[in-house]
Amino acid sequence: MTTTNDQPDKADGTAPIRRGPNQTSRYADASLIRTQFAGTIEDIQEALGEVTVIAKREGVIELMTFLRDEPKLKFDYLSDLSGVDLGEFAEPRFAVAYHLYSLAHNHRLRIKVFLNEDDAHVPTVSGVWPSADWHEREVYDMYGVEFDNHPDPRRILMPADYEGHPLRKDFPIKGY
Amino acid sequence: MATKEIEVPTSSVLAFDKPDPLGDQQMTLSMGPQHPSTHGVLRLELVLDGETVVSAKPDIGYLHTGIEKTMEKEKWQQVVTVTCRADYLNSMGCDLGYVLAVEKLLGIEVPERAQVLRVLLTELNRLASHLVWYGTHALDMGGMTAFFYAFVQREKILDLYECVSGARLHQSYFRIGGLQSDLPGNFIPLLKDFVDGFPAFLKEANTLVTGNKIFQNRLKGVGRISADDAIAWGLSGPSLRGSGVGWDIRKTEPYTGYEAYDFNVPVYHDGDVWSRYCVRMDEMVESLKIIRQAMDRLKPGPVNSDHPKLKLPPRDLMKQHIDVMIHHFLVASEGFTVPIGEVYFPIESARGELGYYVVSDGKERPWRVRMKAPSFANLQALPKMAEGQLIADVIAIIGSIDIVLGDVDR
Repeated sequence: MTTTNDQPDKADGTAPIRRGPNQTSRYADASLIRTQFAGTIEDIQEALGEVTVIAKREGVIELMTFLRDEPKLKFDYLSDLSGVDLGEFAEPRFAVAYHLYSLAHNHRLRIKVFLNEDDAHVPTVSGVWPSADWHEREVYDMYGVEFDNHPDPRRILMPADYEGHPLRKDFPIKGY
Repeated sequence: MATKEIEVPTSSVLAFDKPDPLGDQQMTLSMGPQHPSTHGVLRLELVLDGETVVSAKPDIGYLHTGIEKTMEKEKWQQVVTVTCRADYLNSMGCDLGYVLAVEKLLGIEVPERAQVLRVLLTELNRLASHLVWYGTHALDMGGMTAFFYAFVQREKILDLYECVSGARLHQSYFRIGGLQSDLPGNFIPLLKDFVDGFPAFLKEANTLVTGNKIFQNRLKGVGRISADDAIAWGLSGPSLRGSGVGWDIRKTEPYTGYEAYDFNVPVYHDGDVWSRYCVRMDEMVESLKIIRQAMDRLKPGPVNSDHPKLKLPPRDLMKQHIDVMIHHFLVASEGFTVPIGEVYFPIESARGELGYYVVSDGKERPWRVRMKAPSFANLQALPKMAEGQLIADVIAIIGSIDIVLGDVDR
């Protein structure tokens, strides 16, 4: 049996139990990409120790490919790809949030792309991380956001002939 | 009477000079959603060439119950009743992730006793989940006995849960700010009994199943996935550690005080079903270690934070002062509000990285709670592992990814 214990061993039964803050996730320094992708990146925000990059839909694939391949960032793992409905009458209405993790550097990053309701489509990143496939299908199923050039653009959780997008704010909790 | 000439076939199956009517056509077979070995309502569209799988496409959604939509309707504290129902085998872990995410948004600390109890109960949950995995995996491979031995131990754990929270499977014991209540008096003796008896079970489990030649032959070399493929396809947890990638969030991004406990993270490098089996068997040993350490660290103290948003004020003050009465009324009726913001909190569930992306708009209900379900991401890698294997191997592979359909579909 081989075991890997990458953290320095400070566990000898005497270390105090940390009460808070609970999270020890580290977030990457996004200023590395600010100049290079000035056309795509609208804003970089930091709150609660987490870094969020607000990006435009144009140039998303180049940005994601750079984040995956650049040695200092090396975001090889797509943790999560989810949609958020900002409100029935909000402008922009939808946000697609990409949560990235780097196994090599143990840091994270969040990228958000805001979309209007009548223009809710964004290029697929399943060419960058194959695991985005199902996550994007779920965002389409639940919100109606379309992913351009997706290899398999159909619903995933609801039946194939279902009408409506359940997680939208104007969709009733009890369904139709 | 005259005997008639009866044409007797030369072969009981087919005459060898006639072509096989099936030829090299491929057959599409639907495995599931009703199937004893898919561990839930999972449907696999298998395209088969004889017994070999050409393609295996999972079709999910049969257990979709709209948990994420329900979480937007409940108040912040009420959501813990729903989170445990997603991954029902790792229910305390699911509660823990949500509670930690909201505590980060609120910026509150929990007392030390609550932190230690959270670790203890979450590791018990990991044990219970791995026991189900072990029992059902052996059952799928044909050995029914192991299932009963595993469930004897699991019954002890469920008794512990019933003792502490009143429920066996959906405990909702972890609350924002701490725990539902302190331990009852008989919990620690019951826990000691379980912890003392578990190593004997592990020895039996390894003798019965791990050392069994037939079992090993069915698992070794089946369902290989390389480390790069596993990372690209979003695998996490024990399934990823079976491919040689030693990522455990309890070590890399510790929460609830995990960095103070001494445990190893088992990693195996072959990437097949056997490696993933060995990872989970070793993880059971490590979980027991953590539980023993947590028992030693348990000290008397409060189990709930006394942040004014969460704690009701003292009753005698409430009856005398109107502002204290208003505080009590708002906490008891409307609940508390969480500051505007968003947070992504990942924890290591029994299946992999369980992440909670919680968005708050400042009101008393969450605006959006997204559960990044480890089984959803892990199941995506199934076609990569199953293509080219035999149907019987597909059963072994599904068992080795250890999916829970409640987690996949939510």
